[in-house]
Amino acid sequence: MNAPNAKPAASLIARDDESALVSAAKSGDVEAFTELVTRYERKIYRLTLNITQNREDAEDAMQDAFLKAYQHLDGFEGGSRFYTWLVRIAVNEALMKLRKRRPNQVSLDEPVTTEEEAFPREIQDWGPSPEQRFARVELNDILTSAVSDLDPAYRVAFLLRDVEELSTEETAQLLGISVPAVKSRLLRARLKLRQKLNPFFRSTPS
Amino acid sequence: MNCRGVIAELSSYFDDALDPQVAADLELHLQRCTKCRVIVDTTRKTIDIYCNAEPVPLPEDVRERLHKVLRERLGRRAS
Repeated sequence: MNAPNAKPAASLIARDDESALVSAAKSGDVEAFTELVTRYERKIYRLTLNITQNREDAEDAMQDAFLKAYQHLDGFEGGSRFYTWLVRIAVNEALMKLRKRRPNQVSLDEPVTTEEEAFPREIQDWGPSPEQRFARVELNDILTSAVSDLDPAYRVAFLLRDVEELSTEETAQLLGISVPAVKSRLLRARLKLRQKLNPFFRSTPS
Repeated sequence: MNCRGVIAELSSYFDDALDPQVAADLELHLQRCTKCRVIVDTTRKTIDIYCNAEPVPLPEDVRERLHKVLRERLGRRAS
């Protein structure tokens, strides 16, 4: 409950200078860290919500992730982007919640799918920019619902690679699986999502 | 390369992780096969749409609780 009256150091730091904010946060400047939180809280919440598929778990995972990030700031060496480092922490927190809530129902092992099942069935063109046919809220609902239908193993691989844009190697390391396993899951995830989005985005013959 | 070959290599193709000769074979197939062209195009759009989607707004109550927790607990690291 300590509201500082002194002008916080964070306010002196240009908003776009992330490394200065990180340095200030490392030396204990809470305002600087709060600025970093404000910058990424939406994306981190989207990530934890997409992984856990549960609002309560997503909120807890996000809180724990930011608290852990602050505690372990000394371990961030600046070789990678701060956001990528934060994503790793948030993914671990979200995966823990997912496993804890449904240890028997949720497996992060790859489901058994035959090549036949994965092969695209509905093949229709979507035309250019099919997403522009929808209002943003409606589009978000469509995208969220399609992702939530994926098996967790596929969902997480897709989120890390295609939404958070981690490398295949980083994704493998984070999930504790091999690079070929990431590639296989990513392919299945992308094909399944394409299939799920097809009814919304296909060009309708007029 | 046949249609199954294209599907099997699709992810690596998007990620520019294919051997150049394999990529050339795949593109040759795409020139001849409309179905595979559509699959490649719509799968690439799927990735782009997710990649470019704006995150949903953080609910205000969720944001308030996050910042409350941070205010309450962040001072402790120094001690």
